Amino acid sequence: MVALPSRHRSLFLLLGVVLLQVLLLAVQIKRDSQGRLIRVWTVSAVSPVERSGAWGIGKVRDAWRHYFALSDAARENEELRRENGQLKLEVMQLQSKSAEADRLAALLNFKQKQAKVPMVVARVIGSSADANSAVIYLDQGQRDGIRRNMGVITPEGVVGKVIESFRDTAEVLLVTDRDSGVGAMIADTRIQSPVGGTGEPQLNMKYVGNDDEVAVGSRVVTSGMDRIFPKDLPVGTITQVKPGGQYKQIRVRPSANLEKLEEVIVLLTTDPVVLKQEAPGPAGDRSSAAAPTAPTAAATNAKPTDKRP
Amino acid sequence: MNDTYDLRIGESHIEVHKFHGGTILLSVLVATILQSFLPVYISKAAVLDLPLLITIYFGLSRRNPSTGLLLGTVIGLLQDSLSKTPLGLFGIAKTVIGFLASSIGARLDTEHPLARFALTAAFFVLHQGIVVLIQKLLLAQPQPWFTMRLLVACLVNSVLGVFLYFLLDRCRKS
Repeated sequence: MVALPSRHRSLFLLLGVVLLQVLLLAVQIKRDSQGRLIRVWTVSAVSPVERSGAWGIGKVRDAWRHYFALSDAARENEELRRENGQLKLEVMQLQSKSAEADRLAALLNFKQKQAKVPMVVARVIGSSADANSAVIYLDQGQRDGIRRNMGVITPEGVVGKVIESFRDTAEVLLVTDRDSGVGAMIADTRIQSPVGGTGEPQLNMKYVGNDDEVAVGSRVVTSGMDRIFPKDLPVGTITQVKPGGQYKQIRVRPSANLEKLEEVIVLLTTDPVVLKQEAPGPAGDRSSAAAPTAPTAAATNAKPTDKRP
Repeated sequence: MNDTYDLRIGESHIEVHKFHGGTILLSVLVATILQSFLPVYISKAAVLDLPLLITIYFGLSRRNPSTGLLLGTVIGLLQDSLSKTPLGLFGIAKTVIGFLASSIGARLDTEHPLARFALTAAFFVLHQGIVVLIQKLLLAQPQPWFTMRLLVACLVNSVLGVFLYFLLDRCRKS
């Protein structure tokens, strides 16, 4: 044991005795808000050490988690990535099914409203291998009552006509094909003129004289004169009008979305039929036309009505 | 054993006094009891600090810092015990005074009345300073550092100390 110098012994004794009495005081003194002073001092003395320890341990733990224990993180990341992919796929499938349900609901709604018109809903199962011809194939044919020259439509508008019917399949020529044609008229002016395909997404209204007034945005509907499509079925919307040599050059955007056909309605008759009209939407608005929710009150007369001014 | 002996510090020779048996104990008890007894009947006696005077006297006389501080501790704790102050308040103050008095007594001749008066006054002020400091720091009871009452008490205790020390000198072994 180290012996203290005699001259310092009393000094150390003084410090010891004073310290003991300070501790004695601290044990007795009670602060209202913090308890006994000895507790305050003890906590004050210990808490920095505890805080430093907690800080150090936290840093070490963070370092371990973020830099050394990455094997679990990598595996977890891989699992999450895989799960994310599966969820994306499921979302896409659900969105597709939702869209399909919407389309089928629209078709069912249309069919229910046209209950007196014989028709069948068919699914598009293929398209032409020839890029120059606009042809699709349906999953129903002669066994389902489908014959040549039957009209094919959607609730949005005209699609085309059956050009060949097989036992379980039917071939449909779209209105956009060069060889296709539909008896049509401008809805508001009732100017009649056939509409034919051009091999492009847009149709061509062929025989409207230069003197006739035609406005861009006007709706074009079937005239019923071709005896394939019922009268007043939407064909499209006029998007461009130019004066030509003898007739105007009129471009029509089809009402039906022919580029994304999945289900269609085949009219199971070649006789003239009368369809209940759908409420006309804004000109050229496919989405509006695709919502056949408000049938008009009266069925349209099959006879053409000339409302030319 | 001799009643007095020389404490050689530097060139000076200072006597270390011994007392008759029981003198210190009796003095401490009487001073402590009077300190708590007198103010009950004489309110002015509250300015006296007899335990402090006893601490100073025996510290200066014994001239041993260890003994002086321990004596101050005992006297201070006794005073604390008889008052409502927490144990240690006067204990610390008188411990320091006992130590300083013993240390100074070992270096200076404190037999002269004037020296005793001055030292008592100085120790009284220091004692009060330590008490106020402890009250401020530990007890959270702020007290003024200086008042006229403190000055009067300092003078009264210093004068009383000179006479008291003279009486206590009679108890020394000659």
